[in-house]
Amino acid sequence: MREHLPDEKSGEPVIQLKNVQFSFDKVLVLKDVNLVINRGDFVAIIGPNGGGKTTLIKIMLGLLKPDAGTVLLLGKPPVKSCRQAGYMPQYATGEKDFPIKVIDVVLLGLLGTTGWRPFFSASERQKAEKCLDMVGMLPLSMKKVGELSGGQLQRTLLARALVSEPEILFLDEPMANIDVGGQTMLFDLLAKLNEEMTIVFVTHDVGLLSRHVKSVVCVNQKVFFHPAAEITPDMAYMLMGEKCSMDLIAHGVPHRVLGHHNHHDHNDNDSLKQQDKGR
Amino acid sequence: MFELLQLPFMQNALFAGVLAAVACGVIGSLVVVNRSVFMAGGIAHAAYGGVGIAFFFALPALPCIVAFSLFIALVMAALTVKKRGRMDTIIGVLWAVGMAIGIILVDLTPGYNVDLMSFLFGSILAVPKSDVHLMSILVVFILAVVTYFYKELLSTSYDREFSQVRGIKVVPLHFLVSALIALAVVMTIRVVGLILIMALFTIAPYLVEKYVSSLAKMMLFSSLLNILFVLTGLWLSYKFDLTSGATIILTAACFFILFKCGVILFTKLRSS
Repeated sequence: MREHLPDEKSGEPVIQLKNVQFSFDKVLVLKDVNLVINRGDFVAIIGPNGGGKTTLIKIMLGLLKPDAGTVLLLGKPPVKSCRQAGYMPQYATGEKDFPIKVIDVVLLGLLGTTGWRPFFSASERQKAEKCLDMVGMLPLSMKKVGELSGGQLQRTLLARALVSEPEILFLDEPMANIDVGGQTMLFDLLAKLNEEMTIVFVTHDVGLLSRHVKSVVCVNQKVFFHPAAEITPDMAYMLMGEKCSMDLIAHGVPHRVLGHHNHHDHNDNDSLKQQDKGR
Repeated sequence: MFELLQLPFMQNALFAGVLAAVACGVIGSLVVVNRSVFMAGGIAHAAYGGVGIAFFFALPALPCIVAFSLFIALVMAALTVKKRGRMDTIIGVLWAVGMAIGIILVDLTPGYNVDLMSFLFGSILAVPKSDVHLMSILVVFILAVVTYFYKELLSTSYDREFSQVRGIKVVPLHFLVSALIALAVVMTIRVVGLILIMALFTIAPYLVEKYVSSLAKMMLFSSLLNILFVLTGLWLSYKFDLTSGATIILTAACFFILFKCGVILFTKLRSS
């Protein structure tokens, strides 16, 4: 069992959010977000549905512009540096019948690094095949994406995010369509990738905080950074009350389930508790 | 049959038909995978405003329609780039306004215009040589642009947000696609008329989409199918003295229905 103390993370900051605020159609989604993620971290972003998890990583990637505050990705505004990031979205927006093969989806991850020619080169195809092999999708590389299962599509999209050899990997609900055995394998793969890149992933399932995760970010309009892979009572409150606490006990987070909270954001936590009592 | 092909108007008709078929096959594929058929319909109908302007100011028709369709397409792109959810409403408004402008301007033009119907329903047999030349230039232009931006167009059609993270300028590309639709619309007006353009945009790409494994192949086979529709329709309309545009569309529709029935029959036979 590994303990991750804050001073262990000496890496430079790769994501910096300062006083970030974001609203969607006048509804406040994120408020006063201050967050620093350092190089080499393996961060799980957790929080209730609609709490702003996906919004948060879209802001980090520059896909959404905050109403206020500053965002730096690798020390630059995200629009300038987003190409050094790999992104695996929650769902492919492409339709089921879209005429595209698995390998061609992965090759699209090389856009921005490739030349003007309408087709990809042999060495680029090799790169794509290597990534497909990593996620175990190489045998299906010539299939149309419409013929894939949900889990196979997720793995294809992971390969697409990896093919550009990113410095930071953003994953939105990477485990959503994958069975338990597949999830363990995927976490092992991510842990290996984490030796070379920072990983930030969104999940609504706290049972998925594997032993590889180094820090946890809790999102429910406000954002808390916890420099250890543990679930505190305050975090449990954020995750919508009883059902989730039950889950926590049932699945057993690898260490210090419901450990004591000693974070400094007391005001925020108190307001959350009140919110919880009111429910 | 062969003496028919020696008639100059028939040769022009064949060239114009094949050019329009290719343009609609390529751009129609983009329209279908982007689910922007309604937008293409809006541009096609609003293009009638260009016809009105050409009549009213006594300007050459095709350049006028090109300019007006491009204008409408770019306005649509500008209005829809942010609020993709409200796209259909905005398109509906422009659709109606464009047509209304065309009709009012034609009303205000002195004299009765017989040629008007040709823009609504097509007049492939009356395509002048100069239009064939302009159409060839437009087709070469469309093919060149689509080839150059193929990877970017493919990526944004498949997953817009991911493309943005890869540094693709999705907003200019959105304008580009709208402009390409407008150009393809203009090309097709002479052949089947703006009322019937949607069939050439949608029928072939929809039929092909399920059976091909890449967007490029979808464009290729849609173009080939469109050529088949245009040539068969043209021959039938000559043989039975029918309106050519409508005959081309009905040829495509018959093919579509027969193909779908064939597929259903085939799967039934295989499962039993």
